[in-house]
Amino acid sequence: MTIRITDLVDERRVVICCGTGGVGKTTTAAVIALESARRGRNACVVTIDPARRLADALGIEHLTNDPTEIDRKLWADGAAPGGRLSALMLDTKSTFDLLVTRNASSPDQARRILDNTFYRNVSGALGGTQEYMAMEKLHELHDEGGFDLIVVDTPPTRHALDFLDAPARLTRLLDNRVFRLLMMPTRAYLRVASVAVQTFLRTVARVVGSEVIEDVVAFFRAFEGMEEGFRNRAQAVGALLADPDTAFVLVTSPRRDAMEEATFFAQRLAQAGQSVQALIVNRVHPSFGTEAPAGLRAAAQALRISRGDENPTEPALRLAALYDNLADFREIAALERDHIEALRDRIGTDSALAYIPYLAHDVHDFAALHEVGDLLFDTISAR
Amino acid sequence: MAEFCSTSRVVIVAGKGGVGKTTVTAAFAVAAARAGRSVLVIEVEGKSGLPSMFGAPALGYDEIDLDAGIRARFLTPDAALVDYLVSHGLKRISKRLSSSGALDVVATAVPGMKDILVLGKVKSIEESRLADLVIVDAPAAGHAVSFLLSARGLLDAVRVGPIRKQAQDVVSLISDPDRCQVMLVTLAEETPMSEVVDTAFAIEDRAGVALGPVVINGCFAPLPVAVSADRAAIADDARACDRFVSQREAADLAEAAAFLEERQALQHEQIQRLRERLPLPQIELPFVFNPDITRTQLDTLADAFRRGVEQL
Repeated sequence: MTIRITDLVDERRVVICCGTGGVGKTTTAAVIALESARRGRNACVVTIDPARRLADALGIEHLTNDPTEIDRKLWADGAAPGGRLSALMLDTKSTFDLLVTRNASSPDQARRILDNTFYRNVSGALGGTQEYMAMEKLHELHDEGGFDLIVVDTPPTRHALDFLDAPARLTRLLDNRVFRLLMMPTRAYLRVASVAVQTFLRTVARVVGSEVIEDVVAFFRAFEGMEEGFRNRAQAVGALLADPDTAFVLVTSPRRDAMEEATFFAQRLAQAGQSVQALIVNRVHPSFGTEAPAGLRAAAQALRISRGDENPTEPALRLAALYDNLADFREIAALERDHIEALRDRIGTDSALAYIPYLAHDVHDFAALHEVGDLLFDTISAR
Repeated sequence: MAEFCSTSRVVIVAGKGGVGKTTVTAAFAVAAARAGRSVLVIEVEGKSGLPSMFGAPALGYDEIDLDAGIRARFLTPDAALVDYLVSHGLKRISKRLSSSGALDVVATAVPGMKDILVLGKVKSIEESRLADLVIVDAPAAGHAVSFLLSARGLLDAVRVGPIRKQAQDVVSLISDPDRCQVMLVTLAEETPMSEVVDTAFAIEDRAGVALGPVVINGCFAPLPVAVSADRAAIADDARACDRFVSQREAADLAEAAAFLEERQALQHEQIQRLRERLPLPQIELPFVFNPDITRTQLDTLADAFRRGVEQL
């Protein structure tokens, strides 16, 4: 049976919007949360967008790392009663700090970690940390937020899938063999490890200086005893992603590179035992009728031909330009739809499919969010 | 075009995701190769759509020929680290360091380390004169700024050692307009335009890198003659040249023309705004009515690129 996007909005507890940058993921996430709230659920959208576009679109000055409820007056005109809409902007570092504080055995251990230079770099710069913290935040909201639906926007990296790996990646960093060796002098096996450790340390120190090494060693020492908590948490996040109440929505545009990324993404999700429940294609060109481009080109060609000594007339040239223009748009519309159908075949034809056309203006207010929402949910029911 | 290509040996193409950075990189490469320059394109992030535009297989760490005068390769921090260690007489540990995952740890300890390794490799490619022009397809916008800032950041963080020397070399490369400039790419739409302005100021003020022209991708070209998107006017023209145009066809023609007109007006407005906010020369590339860029489309785009350069 074909899934409908309205099912996701009405029934699921978590919707994760994935896709590459520049395809309208943030807007789509906001529209899904808004629709859910309008249908009477308590919805929250988590954004990672650094450009603050969502905050602008939602009409709130500053989104924070905690959910901010948006005044019903702004969005609930004509909506079902009881719905609530909240939004938050992920702050990677605060989320990570909270995770450390909660898992530390003592406030002192937490302090040692939070003050460590290496930790500050991990929480600010490690590839995948942002993705991991988005999932951590999702887990926290899921357990403690009391929301019916949480919609998550994922970071606009080319590696849009990092969030699937991110928990494992951090655990891997904490488990790193070399650094487990580093820890050893504080434990047993001192003599066995020391040659390898000393060689390694000398090498790294030669390349980046010894202060860096001291920070790293201090970090790993401070972290001792917390790996278990982190591993458990990573597993819990993994379980939440695998939960049948969690839906993945793939957002893309019909351009080939975005389509290729989307295909790759769907494959990776499938490997992880997940399927894409909905495919949302933004920025699709309108199709303008049903005529085949070849016929339109032929018409344009015929109008441009000189008859005898007479050059084509101005009306003929105008008409020819109109035919060519229509042929251009018919061509791109056909190619785009071919790509979309091919992608949908790959991800499973029971997934929901929605086209959102090119919009004349960017989305920066509720009126525009409603407009996109109408397009998104109407195209579903129309299909 | 030849003169433009010799402005600086390294051109870093940067822009927000989805604006067509790789397409512009490819069009620029084709235009430069036609002007007689040997071009090396360097991809630094993820998998790239570049080779498929030329009908070539996926890129690896070794150079491949994409087209006459155009070569391309991929550059990863891990491979750049191995190169770096080997060239600094540390071959023995290079394998262990990269295979143990230690690079992740060290790179985390030293923010910007991966970027420095990549830019350091770009620098050594530039110095060895492997090509007349090196085009770097940079990471997506926000990251492009930190990519370029990495060297200065690292100079603050690391006080001694060969990595510091590497960072100094990178700073002297990217801050020398004769050797390196950034070409920003955007679309004539509100959000990409706002972001390109922010990125431009960040790159120039904070990273101290010279900016070349900004490329506005996907501009709808005007039709060869002025037309009206009005159905009555279309019917008049059809009568004037004795052609039967059904009501339905007239409506399709009118709608497509109105859509084009509307997009052009919006784009024009955005381009004007950019001109006011960002005092950089602009190169407009036409919208391609095909979601797949292949050699045919690249030729069209390369022509437009050359014309844009000649008008600068």
